[in-house]
Amino acid sequence: MSASTATNTVETEPMLAPHGRLGMWMFLASEVVVFGGLLASYIFARLRHSSWDEFASQTMTSIGCINTVLLLTSSLFIVLSHHWAERKDIKKSGKYMLWAILLGVLFLVFKGYEYQHEFAKGITPLTNLFWSYYFFITGLHALHIVIGLVINALTLREIRKGQNLQRVEVAGLYWHFVDVVWIFVFPLFYVAS
Amino acid sequence: MTSHQSNFWNYYIFSKDHKMIAKQYLITGLIMALLGGLMAYVFRMQLAFPGEAVPGFGDVDSGTYNQLITLHGTIMVFWVGMPILLGAFGNFLIPLMIGADDMAFPTLNMMSYWTFFVSTLVLLASFFVEGGPASSGWTAYPPLSARPEYSGVMWGMNLWILAVALEFFSVLMGGVNYLTTTFNMRTKGMKFSRMPMFVWMQLAATVNFMFSVGPLIAGALMLLLDRTIGTSFFVPDKGGDPLLYQHLFWFFGHPEVYVLLLPSLGIVAEIIPTFSRKPLFGYKMILISTAFSSVLAFMVWAHHQFISGMDPRMAMPFGLLTIIISVPFAVVLFAYIATLWKGSITFTTPFLFAIAMIAEFLIGGVTGIINGAAAADIYVHDTYYVVSHFHFTLVPITIFGMLAGVYYWFPKFFGRMMNETLGKIHFWITAITFNVIFIPLLQMGMGGHQRRIPDPTEFEYLKGMMGMHKTATIALIILLIAQAFFIFNFFYSMYKGKKAEANPWKSTTLEWDAPSPPVAHGNFEVIPKVYRGPYEYSVPGCKQDWSPQSAETVN
Repeated sequence: MSASTATNTVETEPMLAPHGRLGMWMFLASEVVVFGGLLASYIFARLRHSSWDEFASQTMTSIGCINTVLLLTSSLFIVLSHHWAERKDIKKSGKYMLWAILLGVLFLVFKGYEYQHEFAKGITPLTNLFWSYYFFITGLHALHIVIGLVINALTLREIRKGQNLQRVEVAGLYWHFVDVVWIFVFPLFYVAS
Repeated sequence: MTSHQSNFWNYYIFSKDHKMIAKQYLITGLIMALLGGLMAYVFRMQLAFPGEAVPGFGDVDSGTYNQLITLHGTIMVFWVGMPILLGAFGNFLIPLMIGADDMAFPTLNMMSYWTFFVSTLVLLASFFVEGGPASSGWTAYPPLSARPEYSGVMWGMNLWILAVALEFFSVLMGGVNYLTTTFNMRTKGMKFSRMPMFVWMQLAATVNFMFSVGPLIAGALMLLLDRTIGTSFFVPDKGGDPLLYQHLFWFFGHPEVYVLLLPSLGIVAEIIPTFSRKPLFGYKMILISTAFSSVLAFMVWAHHQFISGMDPRMAMPFGLLTIIISVPFAVVLFAYIATLWKGSITFTTPFLFAIAMIAEFLIGGVTGIINGAAAADIYVHDTYYVVSHFHFTLVPITIFGMLAGVYYWFPKFFGRMMNETLGKIHFWITAITFNVIFIPLLQMGMGGHQRRIPDPTEFEYLKGMMGMHKTATIALIILLIAQAFFIFNFFYSMYKGKKAEANPWKSTTLEWDAPSPPVAHGNFEVIPKVYRGPYEYSVPGCKQDWSPQSAETVN
């Protein structure tokens, strides 16, 4: 793209950060507000309904724990992938990115199993407001995981070609964000009961 | 990108050039403005002459009336204000004003427009589905909006939510671009302290948008689930809370006003110094005020909900903060007025629209004080007073601000000048009729006329106000007809207008360094460097009364 090549030749004021990193931070800032508003709505509703404690105790804490570990580990791998991408070791970078993706997929498998289990017990998003929030928030989070996996897969392709290695960092930022959202979702739905 | 121009599709349709994308936004927005204006014509005719068939449309029943007011509001705010003030002017001017060759992410920019275009199509499609378009008001309050059987509209409302969500996503993509471009691509010498006010205002508007829209995106998705699969987030029957939606909506809704207001104030900030030949008064103070009001914008949302059933104790802090927010805006408006003081003023069309924007917005601001104080607001809540107050803020912002910008930057957009005589006729008719429409509405609201009543003659106490309804409607028709002067001027000047030189207004900012229209790829023949602040007019000791930012020395 001529715009990006041109900026290399034109003298500018000092950049705040590379375009990709800066843009991603801006985007994540607005994403924070999406989940912030949603979780705040849930917390206020929860405070008004003491009966929700009982529903919250029915969520599968064990699977929630496993998924937390999976996502945290996955985040670690993407850090390692970035670490090696910066040192231009595309083999190691690609390997860790692949692991990050696999753990993300595994997260979705466990999440799917959990939903399956809940549906089998007759729990659906229509059961009551608590379960509406549960399915909506975890579902929206899962959607973000899927988007993150697509981004990571596209980045992996770039790593294997040995080009655009700066994208590993940008993909990593998004992936960490999805992880951080889970860090809030997990205690609010699984632990607090 | 060098092969761009050779291909029709790449040049006009899937263009990644910020200038072409800006034009796409401008044209789409203007067409939507016409549509929104014609809707106002239909429901104003129904209000003035209830029960009679509206010429060119037919009978308006109460369902149709609700759909018309809903779509009028939706279109004017989301499909006119945002695409033109942010999409068109932001896209066109940010790179030009900071001396960049394009946006930071040209592909994202293209995707932003096309997402917006799809959202437009989705919104327009909602007119043609069974049951017609959304009818729950532009704020889409549940429970009315949350269950299809309450309003009789199923797919129209679903498509409305989808269209609004897509539009938000489009602006979000644009916002990432605007911020990154402004932070990273300023040419040598364009320090933050030398940035034109317009760029600052776009920056502040984008930040306002990006930090406020999230909860509403979540709320819109929840509303969609309520309507489609039958959850009860906002429906009380299973413990849902309709008030929550109002909080999510207005947490966004109030900053949204500033998303529109700030770019418009930015446009005015460029025009007033140019035609007063004086530096903008209080550059730093305007910036501080803008920052202050942007922070406050996130703490005033519940002033829309004084009678919604929320905890009445909340009325006090929200009312207080609302009144405080008028302080920074008063500072900005006074700064603009002080810029005029002892200036050597030329009354061109863009300048007239710019000062009209200030004058009319002032009425909007002053009438708003009454709405901001809970005790006074309860009396006028949901009356035409609020409708009028709202239009005294939003019409100056979107319509006057936009027109000022179009007349001012038209030579840069299309390389030709607009006709001044036609412009002045357009201005005077628009400005006068606008007041004739909305001053009676203020009075009607004070008289207790509730809004959203399709047929006022059904109520004995409203019959005495029919004269004012008729006055407002006739003024609106004249206003709409007067827009023909603008439309003709716009298209005629695009092809036949006087050729514009690079800097027809003798202005200082960088966009006037580029040829008119700017070079197709790269904007400038040589990317300029910046040596001074943006508003150096009539510098003592210089013969030339403007000192361009890019000029190393001025005599």
